[in-house]
Amino acid sequence: MARRVAIVGIGQTYHRSKRPDVNIGELSAEAVRAALEDAEVSANEIGAYVTGNMELFEGRYAQDMWQADYIGAVGKPGIRVTTGGTTGGTLASVAFEYVASGVYDMVMALGFEKQSEGDTRAGLKTVADPLWSRWYTTGAIGYFASQARFYMKQAGAPEEAGSMVRLRLAKHAALNPHAHLRLDLQSVEQIMESPYLIPPLRQMDMCPTSEGACAIVVASEEKASKMARKPVWVKDWISVHKEVVYIRGERHSVADLEMAAGKLFQRNGITRPMEEICVAEIYGPCTWAELEWLEAYGFCEKGQAWRLEEKGQFYLDREFPVNPSGGVVCTNPIGATALIRVAEVALQLRGGAGNHQIARRPTVGFSSAWGGSGWTVAHLLSATKD
Amino acid sequence: MRVGIVAVAQNRFGDYPEWRPHELTYLVVEDVLKKAGLPFRDGYDDIVTCSSDHWDGKTLSDIEHGEVAGAHLGPGETKVSLDGANAVLLGYIKVLSGHADVVLVTAACKENQVMDPSVIENFGFDVPYHQLLGLDFTQAAALQATSYMHKFGLKREDFAEVAVKGLKNAKDNPYFFNGGDMTVEEVLGSQMLSYPITSVERRPFCDGACALILAKEERARELTDRPVWIRGVGSCYDHHNLGDRDLTEPAALFRAAQDACGMAGLKAPDKEIDVFEISEHYSYQLLLWMEGLGLCARGEAAKLLRAGELDRGGRMPVNPSGGLLGGVPRYVAGANRVIEAFYQLRGEAEGRAMPREPRVALAHGTYGPAGQHHCVIILERGF
Repeated sequence: MARRVAIVGIGQTYHRSKRPDVNIGELSAEAVRAALEDAEVSANEIGAYVTGNMELFEGRYAQDMWQADYIGAVGKPGIRVTTGGTTGGTLASVAFEYVASGVYDMVMALGFEKQSEGDTRAGLKTVADPLWSRWYTTGAIGYFASQARFYMKQAGAPEEAGSMVRLRLAKHAALNPHAHLRLDLQSVEQIMESPYLIPPLRQMDMCPTSEGACAIVVASEEKASKMARKPVWVKDWISVHKEVVYIRGERHSVADLEMAAGKLFQRNGITRPMEEICVAEIYGPCTWAELEWLEAYGFCEKGQAWRLEEKGQFYLDREFPVNPSGGVVCTNPIGATALIRVAEVALQLRGGAGNHQIARRPTVGFSSAWGGSGWTVAHLLSATKD
Repeated sequence: MRVGIVAVAQNRFGDYPEWRPHELTYLVVEDVLKKAGLPFRDGYDDIVTCSSDHWDGKTLSDIEHGEVAGAHLGPGETKVSLDGANAVLLGYIKVLSGHADVVLVTAACKENQVMDPSVIENFGFDVPYHQLLGLDFTQAAALQATSYMHKFGLKREDFAEVAVKGLKNAKDNPYFFNGGDMTVEEVLGSQMLSYPITSVERRPFCDGACALILAKEERARELTDRPVWIRGVGSCYDHHNLGDRDLTEPAALFRAAQDACGMAGLKAPDKEIDVFEISEHYSYQLLLWMEGLGLCARGEAAKLLRAGELDRGGRMPVNPSGGLLGGVPRYVAGANRVIEAFYQLRGEAEGRAMPREPRVALAHGTYGPAGQHHCVIILERGF
């Protein structure tokens, strides 16, 4: 990396299934304002804007254009990057690259989604190739139902495993004022009563459609060292957009996740990820995805994630907390979702997560994005510069 | 650190109903890798694609564009959903950041598969105000063109001259389909789209793709003995609300150019830059953007055009390639400007080459209603 990069400001809106009180620009502005306040800088100091969301989900076009006035981007450099579900992760990566390049000293990354303005499922249906697979594509639920079935079979997991994940996420979300679904769930049995969407996937296993935005301020080492907030340092980042067709018979590919984490950990000298990484915010659109992907990222052996879940290993008072924010299953404004993962890890590393601050004093954190056809983007953040 | 462009490729733009958008990308990826002598596997560390879900008619258009660019083999991929010049800018940033040594940049759009482009453009306006007016980008441009005429006493003929010169130059460009000899009267007599813009004065909608290989200095020198360096970049947003802007003041372009020239250490762009490739999506924009770039006094660009100073052999050659009126798809447009500048600097412009050998070039891309976002890239011959 040409220059060290740090996260110096974090902002989030509150997330709801509908935000009729604001338009997309106003929603975005809430997150940007929060990030500026957190960083204690004025919009004038932002050198460039990196923004993005799901292009088709709102039924709007070139949203950076009419968003520009709301977020302070007028008269400023900026770029719009959209990589589907991984958009939030890509936004962070591009902001890191902007600053690391030496061209810009302070950059605002903004992800947002306001799904009630359009038809998410209609947008998502067009993700499938119009010639080969559009006829069987219905959205995310069918995909994750078969993913859950696959995981159960491979890992020998009982149906309760998904509900165990859901219980943890509910307990975490209850402590996070920004989480969308803050349900008072007390037992696995309670979750097992939730209706099936497609067995074994239950309503409570699946992420909601949320509206919200997230923004982070990224700064160079020189700027960061002069700022009020304790900077959170960026160690490394990687994107793997490898898979094109992600359903191969009954097998779901996690090749992108394996490759991303493999390369990222290898080049950062991480050999025992679960011990060396103190907190993980995993982009898991459903409970079952969290289990399968914790294994794919190499945090535990194949088939072991649900057993660790059963022992409560991923709770925020344990050694390896996963999604202390409540995760994607509790909050999913798609274009912002993966950026929230980065933001939440940064909050944990600077000790600013409030009620959902993890018990362990974290030094290194991992955040991931998921989307596209099995794609991932992953980041390593550090509480210290080295 | 210096970043070089080592190879470029583009389709002959046109109407390709038989090909899907990413198949157009595949053709240029194959071509650019061959030119750079790079393998498809492990030949580059990162990919920047540029396309639009709306124009491709598909969520995540970069699944396909990424695949044909080799993303399935594991290098990173980032999609830019803005004019193609920004994809080149991001590729440059990626190399500078130290996160990649060699980057493949692609841009593609298949405008002809869209039944009603106006609908997409209209959805690019803010919901509460402009969208309800039913505006598209051509109508926004028409408002800008009339303000420009009014402020500086320009005539429709001044704009038509841009088209006459552009189409004439485009005849020499093997990648452009829309070259031709037209008179000012013929331009003005073509179908009126939105006063004062006639059909000949709007960039024709078409299909195509382009690709570039960017590399850090050592790698660039290994890959070619004739690299073209990227010396400066700049971009900037303007206000969205057309009423909040003085449409005759391209303030965002001015800022983008200032940043790019500043990085490149240029103080007098009109004298220190030898060739300009400007994105005129509409005829009048060539003149307005020249003024925004600070190349002449306000309202004076039309006179320079008439005096022949913008010709290939003129004092300040602008769009020797023929420009966007020659037929370049949106999203490809700004990246195509960079590619045309590259050809000029490498001495590979063939029939559209200039009598003088250029050393420094400026490429410009713009997107959004009435040029709301601009991107400027300064290039220098590295041999």
